[in-house]
Amino acid sequence: MQNQLLLRFLQLMVAVVGIGFWHFATTTSLFGRPKDIQFFFSTPLDVFWRIVKWFSEGTIWHHLGITLLESVLAFVIGTIAGVVCGFWLARRPLLADVFDPYIKGANALPRVVLAPIFALWLGLGIWSKVALGFTLVFFIVFFNVFQGVREVSQTVLANARMLGMTERQLLRHVFIPSALSWVFSSLHTSVGFAVVGAVVGEYLGAAAGLGYLIQQAEGVFDVTGVFAGMFVLTAFVLLIDGIVTVVENRLLAWRPQTVQSAT
Amino acid sequence: MSSAMAATGTAASQAPAVELDGVSITFKLAKGSTYAAVAETKLDVAAGEFVAIVGPTGCGKSTLLNVAAGLIKPSTGHARIFGARLAGLNIQAGYLFQQDSLMPWKTAIDNVAVALEIAGTSRDEALQRAQAWLGRVGLGAFSHRHPHMLSGGQRKRVGLAQVLIRNPRILLMDEPFGPLDAQTRLIMGDLLLKLWQDDRKAVMFVTHDLEEAIALADRVVIMSAGPAASIIGDYPINLTRPRDISEIKLEPEFHRIHREIWTALKAEVLKGYSQGDMVGAG
Repeated sequence: MQNQLLLRFLQLMVAVVGIGFWHFATTTSLFGRPKDIQFFFSTPLDVFWRIVKWFSEGTIWHHLGITLLESVLAFVIGTIAGVVCGFWLARRPLLADVFDPYIKGANALPRVVLAPIFALWLGLGIWSKVALGFTLVFFIVFFNVFQGVREVSQTVLANARMLGMTERQLLRHVFIPSALSWVFSSLHTSVGFAVVGAVVGEYLGAAAGLGYLIQQAEGVFDVTGVFAGMFVLTAFVLLIDGIVTVVENRLLAWRPQTVQSAT
Repeated sequence: MSSAMAATGTAASQAPAVELDGVSITFKLAKGSTYAAVAETKLDVAAGEFVAIVGPTGCGKSTLLNVAAGLIKPSTGHARIFGARLAGLNIQAGYLFQQDSLMPWKTAIDNVAVALEIAGTSRDEALQRAQAWLGRVGLGAFSHRHPHMLSGGQRKRVGLAQVLIRNPRILLMDEPFGPLDAQTRLIMGDLLLKLWQDDRKAVMFVTHDLEEAIALADRVVIMSAGPAASIIGDYPINLTRPRDISEIKLEPEFHRIHREIWTALKAEVLKGYSQGDMVGAG
């Protein structure tokens, strides 16, 4: 308890010192003329008031909503496709061997370069961003499911067979839970990538969303806007990550408790 | 009951629960070579009989058990189950594995209940009977724990309940208490004997622990060291039942049998060690 309190205090102090330094470096003539420095770094107060303004005027909700929608769509579609393909290939070794080099190749490609092509194909609306997020989420889920199905404990499998399970029952009671446990354990990564896909896509060409907001601010050298967008984005991702942790703890209750690293 | 029916009834009950007839097992290894794990073996286990199979590590005891389970097809010979030739899995048998075999994503009660559910029992009834079985193995209060929250011995108890709830006529056990500590093994042995005393199934019990084998079984079968392992001794154990393992180990008769079998087994164990490279399953 004492340690917890001390830890929280120290964590808070890091923020206070960091923001304090930022404040003094940009409002006093410690490192040069404040006006010049503020052009590049803005000031904590300006950024704070900008965020307050966004929320009080309500303009930010539209952008948050768009980014959230894109992330959720990319995550859901990518996960479903990844699960289906992972299962399918894991149960058909020949097919898996045939497609192996192509899957590896597709996964090796840095997906960001696809963003312009998706923008061209699908326009500047949400679907080009969903497509980018999809390509990121799909492979994570796919590889995890593939692994999960192939690495079912042979003893658990033999035991289930000896209990009299048919192939369909094996799928339901053994393969799917095993594969899903791998999907859930990669939930943090895949949700994170869904957001990355959405924001990068917006940044490269969109009409709304957090990425668009940051890109617009940058376009007019509005550093305050860029920083404010970054902070909102950070809070947004942390919030989603927190929800994922709650979901994960519920769904993976059967797993041995591992020490959760602080996120 | 008519006399004709009675006659067929006796005939059926006289067929051994498990009959391994001329069974040999050869594994294909890499580079085209083969490894003869088990040489031609004949072994009968009568209905209701408790047979322990003892042998040095790597002698193919588990392989033999897997043939009886239908998990491995013998290279020559065949297995008969109650007189019928075994093709595919042995659905009359329950198999208790050495390693953890519970589904880790299911709670204890779900692990037990699923054995009934897959055979078409309704979920409510399956859960009710599973709870009763968990009570019988002394885990009534632990039914909603996942396997990782249970100790090794408790997991074995759940496994035992999972296998027995299906009421198989044959019980195959592959060093089931191997990973457990000495005290837990004793308790598990007593539990197994108590359950078996209430409902005598044919049991094939593989172990490397001779004391455990004598204390539990009606018959102890000794296997030679691999490769090409075979049965080299078959000893009836005429100790009184019901037994209490820790007490029976103090009886002079127990020691006499132990000495007799150990003399035969010791030579094989030493042979097993001297052979150095032991390929194949234990």
